Amino acid sequence: MEKKNGKALTVVFSIISIVYVLPIFLVLMNSFKENTFVKTETFKWPMGETFVGWANYIKGFTFGNYPFLKSIGFSFMITVLATALILLCTSMAAWYVIRVNNLICKICYYLFVFSMIVPFQMLMFPLAKVSDTLHLNTPWTIPIVYLGFGAGMATFMLTGFVKTLPMEIEEAAAIDGCSPIKTFFVVILPMLSPTLISVAILEIMWIWNDYLLPYLVLDRTKYMTIPIHIQYLQGSYGSVDLGAIMALIVLSIIPVIVFYLSCQKYIIKGVAAGAVKG
Amino acid sequence: MANNTKKKKRSSGMNMVARSYVKYFPLFLLPTVAAFLIGFIYPFCKGIYLSLCKFTTTSDATLIGFGNYVKAFQDPTFLHAFWYTALYAVVSLILINLFAFMIAYALTQKIKGANLFRTAFFMPNLIGGIVLGYIWSMIFNGVLAKYNTSILMETKYGFWGLIILMCWQQIGYMMIIYIAGLQSIPGDMLEAAKIDGATEFQTLIRVTIPNLMSSITVCLFLTLTNGFKLFDQNLALTNGQPFIFQEDGSVVKTTEMLALNIYNTFYGQNISARGVAQAKAVLFFILVAGISILQLKLTSSKEVEA
Repeated sequence: MEKKNGKALTVVFSIISIVYVLPIFLVLMNSFKENTFVKTETFKWPMGETFVGWANYIKGFTFGNYPFLKSIGFSFMITVLATALILLCTSMAAWYVIRVNNLICKICYYLFVFSMIVPFQMLMFPLAKVSDTLHLNTPWTIPIVYLGFGAGMATFMLTGFVKTLPMEIEEAAAIDGCSPIKTFFVVILPMLSPTLISVAILEIMWIWNDYLLPYLVLDRTKYMTIPIHIQYLQGSYGSVDLGAIMALIVLSIIPVIVFYLSCQKYIIKGVAAGAVKG
Repeated sequence: MANNTKKKKRSSGMNMVARSYVKYFPLFLLPTVAAFLIGFIYPFCKGIYLSLCKFTTTSDATLIGFGNYVKAFQDPTFLHAFWYTALYAVVSLILINLFAFMIAYALTQKIKGANLFRTAFFMPNLIGGIVLGYIWSMIFNGVLAKYNTSILMETKYGFWGLIILMCWQQIGYMMIIYIAGLQSIPGDMLEAAKIDGATEFQTLIRVTIPNLMSSITVCLFLTLTNGFKLFDQNLALTNGQPFIFQEDGSVVKTTEMLALNIYNTFYGQNISARGVAQAKAVLFFILVAGISILQLKLTSSKEVEA
């Protein structure tokens, strides 16, 4: 009897899962339709007069006088640079805070924890201004802003792990003549890697999809990211070309799905770890 | 192990090796602290100061006291946004957690293809809020076009649209947390219940759920704070529409949530209202922080019990 139940559940879940990913297929389908039919014939297969082939993709790349390829490039660059910077700096900071543990470290630690509960709206206006003054408004410097605003969660997760590392290993390294710098990079950093992967996943998911921070901080006349670009096309045009927007949405989802399917194991682990700690 | 090292540290002061690390402050801690000062501490403090000022840019601020806060509380759009957000947060909290728990429970019952289903349910989570908003506005408008209307025409469409969107995005995330919780329940406990003759439902209520309290607390608060902080999806799906024009010339954006209301007050046409916007932002911070602290209190008291 239990087996029968299991089979029925599998069938039910197969159907639910298909319905669940349907919106993504709808976007794909509509990206091949002529603009006006996206609204009127949303749920029909593109064919005959509604089918336009790759036209939406070609149009999507060029319209709005800002090339979409550039936005994709900046999105990639900012995500990679900011994540790398956050991982490097916060892992050093987490280790120093736990090991040295003097008054400055304790103050920093509590401020990091505190920063996790502060919503972005609280500081967005002054943050945009100070980033402008310090020239942090380019894709090459915005990682510093991300490090500042995201330091809290990353450091908190990493300190949780550093606490569990036995001091004896570092003592042995010191006796063998390792300088603290070498100890950190050769001994500690490899041991941190499971947590570093979890932190990296959470940072990538946040920064890649982030809209408001880069929108306010970046010099928008020169630099856009994918979310900014899509919002800009949708918002600033009286008659939006929905077909072309769907094509751009498809292009922006592809990297996400590739990333998800290739690192699924780590992503799910990272999410579980982040949720329990945060 | 961790406890042991902690005790040792306390009894013998700082470890010799750790003491040799202290002078490396500029390399290890300074970069993060410097960025943290720029990206968090300074704007946070400035934000609190500005909420007590009249200003249009950060440089022309003059102190005026608590006037901005009074104005914020008198602003009907802010109060509307608060109640709308609160209602949204509660409804989404109930629905997301209910569905996420049901799916997680079913997927841990050894059904075939559970991993594949988990993959499907989690996928929407990786798509950003702006893109999500436009995906669903296409779908909703496709449906509503059949009835000659659109999601921007009625408040209830915008509300339920956002609920459906957020369920689609967040059920997978909460499901992962519930699955992790369900898998950590010791199997012999469930077996013992079975031997004692408990029905499946009794086991769920008396054994599974009490053992899952920490996951449940995490998920409830996560959905609650996510609900209050929601911005991108709100902006992309309805951007506050439909609007109601008041007699005094002000506009109530009926589907505008707190974060969007603060944003619109900052960057709207009336730049003299920026002080009020910053005051709203401080109130928003107090609200969100209050919820987080409540969660911390609840989870730590639970740990003592267990």
